[in-house]
Amino acid sequence: MELLTHLQSALMPTNLALAFVGVVLGTVIGALPGLSATMAVAVLVPFTFAMDPASGLIALGAIYTGAIYGGAFAAILVNTPGTPSAIATTFDGFPLAKRGDGNLAVSLATLASVTGGVIGALFLLFLSPPLASVALAFGPAEYFWLAVFGLTLISALSVGNTLKGLLGACFGLFLATVGVAVVGGDIRYTFDQPFLLGGVNVIAALIGLYCVPVLIDLVATPQPHLKIGSQSGAFRFLEALGHYRRGWFTVIRGSVIGTVVGILPGAGGSIASLVSYSETRRTAKHPERFGKGEPDGLLCTESANNATVGGGFIPTLVLGIPGTPPDAVILGALLVQGIKTGPGLFTGQGDIVYTFIFGLLAATIIMLPMGLLIGRYAYRAILAVPKSMLVPTIAFLTVIGSFAVHNNPNDVIIMFGLGVVGWIMNRFGFEPSPIVLGIILGPIAEQGFVQAYLIGNAQGDVVGMFFGRPISLAIMGFAILTLVYPWFTAWRRRRGAAPLLGENRAG
Amino acid sequence: MQRTFSTIAGLAAAMLVAAPAWAWPDRDIDYIIPFNPGGESDIAARMQQPIFQEVTGRQVIVKYQPGAGGAQAWSQLNGMPGDGSVIMGINLPHAIMQPLQGNAGYETADLVPVFWFHYTPDALIVRAESEFESIDQVVAFARDNPGMVTLSGSGTNSANHLAQQTFDQLNGVTTTYIPFSGTGPSVTALLGGQVTAAWGYSTVAMNQGEQVRMLAVASEERLPSFPDVPTFQELGIDMVSGAYRGIAVPASTPVETRRAISDVFAEVNATERNVTGMTNGAFVVIDVPYDEVATFMAERQAEYEALARQMGIID
Repeated sequence: MELLTHLQSALMPTNLALAFVGVVLGTVIGALPGLSATMAVAVLVPFTFAMDPASGLIALGAIYTGAIYGGAFAAILVNTPGTPSAIATTFDGFPLAKRGDGNLAVSLATLASVTGGVIGALFLLFLSPPLASVALAFGPAEYFWLAVFGLTLISALSVGNTLKGLLGACFGLFLATVGVAVVGGDIRYTFDQPFLLGGVNVIAALIGLYCVPVLIDLVATPQPHLKIGSQSGAFRFLEALGHYRRGWFTVIRGSVIGTVVGILPGAGGSIASLVSYSETRRTAKHPERFGKGEPDGLLCTESANNATVGGGFIPTLVLGIPGTPPDAVILGALLVQGIKTGPGLFTGQGDIVYTFIFGLLAATIIMLPMGLLIGRYAYRAILAVPKSMLVPTIAFLTVIGSFAVHNNPNDVIIMFGLGVVGWIMNRFGFEPSPIVLGIILGPIAEQGFVQAYLIGNAQGDVVGMFFGRPISLAIMGFAILTLVYPWFTAWRRRRGAAPLLGENRAG
Repeated sequence: MQRTFSTIAGLAAAMLVAAPAWAWPDRDIDYIIPFNPGGESDIAARMQQPIFQEVTGRQVIVKYQPGAGGAQAWSQLNGMPGDGSVIMGINLPHAIMQPLQGNAGYETADLVPVFWFHYTPDALIVRAESEFESIDQVVAFARDNPGMVTLSGSGTNSANHLAQQTFDQLNGVTTTYIPFSGTGPSVTALLGGQVTAAWGYSTVAMNQGEQVRMLAVASEERLPSFPDVPTFQELGIDMVSGAYRGIAVPASTPVETRRAISDVFAEVNATERNVTGMTNGAFVVIDVPYDEVATFMAERQAEYEALARQMGIID
């Protein structure tokens, strides 16, 4: 009953209006590479001080979830993830758009994002306190193995190109070591250049490695950027709904993976959607279709990354530990407003928390019509704009985006330099995704390893620290499974094919 | 977009408050935080921002320029306009320790702090389930089991790391410091029972509430929000330390403008609203105006250099 009162206050016109404005703003900001969810939330924070706490939180939550969703637009239409969470969305999203199905891809992404967001928020609503303990069960050793697992996923994802995938990941790992090391404080590979002290920023690298090669190819080839499909004006919503109904399990699994990964403070949407993608491909009937425009490949990543929003709020609200960087900003805003997070928050200030969660749900549902509208507009704009206009516009946005990350012109230089390197590597068959994932996973792996080693050493049990903890062992199991599975299927196929060969010989 | 919104808000504020004439040009002020949003520096700026605007009638825009633990922004500060339109958060021990360690892209002497407004005292914190109830128990355990006590903290050669070193030295014990990438991950490790205790600030104990227990705090007096938590000095451990936060300006800023900014921050810092907000958040308000900054910095410099020598960072 009490929940219904909170639902009512969440549905008050002001709160709904805030959710609406937040989602629209967030979607647009998220769609522009470099303008991240964290920044969108930080810009909005001062305005929420004038609101009552629940309304302020709703506005922040709406802009956050909108930004994570909006990242898919750039991934699908320009092959550049608008946020790191959308990296895996490029795998099947861009091929779909390239062959003229961009509108279908946008509708699919919208359906999956809304479902993922709703499921994540429902977990937040009903299971927050017990799920928060997941965040605490992950120690340094677990984060180390999680990063190793992520790196094995890269090799599994680079189909037929495992070696190049691994080499790309190593290059990413190397880039991640540049700058001042968090653990140990050593200054590495800066060649006495102060601008390298801060390291290679993930967003700047992401924009450079994905966007610059797209730009160069746009200029170098006479073909249009995207093929114009037969029904490019339509939403193709019913067609998307058909795929969605057939792929419901993929969406649910993606949402659960996203929620759980979102709860872990060290891991975000990029890892969640990657895990979801590889699980979906591993269990698919036609894994060979992935990476060539498979609708399921889009459903699994977009449901996972939006579920991390609800998942990330679980440790933020229950433990006062930010689940993701935008959560850190929201937590700071709560502190300035004088609201104490922690286990008592749900009981002591339940009216604020539950009103916020219902507001987040409302915002996520508003995303469905608004996302479809914005998406269709964006798709038509990309189709209609001639290449001579599209190229300078995207180029301008890459500069703005990489500058905006830290208000730092050096990031623009890093973006451009890596872009040229990425383009050359592309010529030789290296994809940008392993490199960027290497940059993301490198620090997690390194810090986890050193911390686990130091703690294990202090307790006199280094081996037990790495190999004796149940969650670590489970993650190791998944990593081994991921590594061995392609060989296993190949072996089974060979064995299946063997009798045929034998028959031929006999005949 | 940020500018449009804030300009509107600024106009409204300007109409309400008749701006006194301050000795620096009448324009919007960029307040640069050299860290990610959400940290203590950000929270402090967010509390100061509206009061600053009331006092001066000028618009303050908080911007973030994180990187290399603040070094990225500090190394660029002196290249920014020195007309009072740019002010930047500055933190200790960061701004002294980083140049001591090597090429940080700036020297401490190049930075121009004009005011120091608060510090967050170091605190030794255990989780609520911990067997340790007092500092004595921790010291006794550490003495019997050298290296066994693991302490999480934010970063290497940071305030947390210095606190661990000072504590070890003063008590003649050996503990193991485990650096994390920030206060968030460090506290997560503490709550998850991955480490024995955490070196953090009083603000950590404030934010985590019932989940943790602060054993002692490195302030001069007990904190009003924690009347039952002893100071290290009461326990016979001579530690008054923490992370100090202040305001720096580009070196080209004229002396009268530096003084003016210092005066404004003194006024902002003394308002009841600011003091209440800071005290409730377990910050300790201090007041180091421009004329006292040099002495304050020299004292800190000597203190940190001694620690850096002990840690083997400098010879």
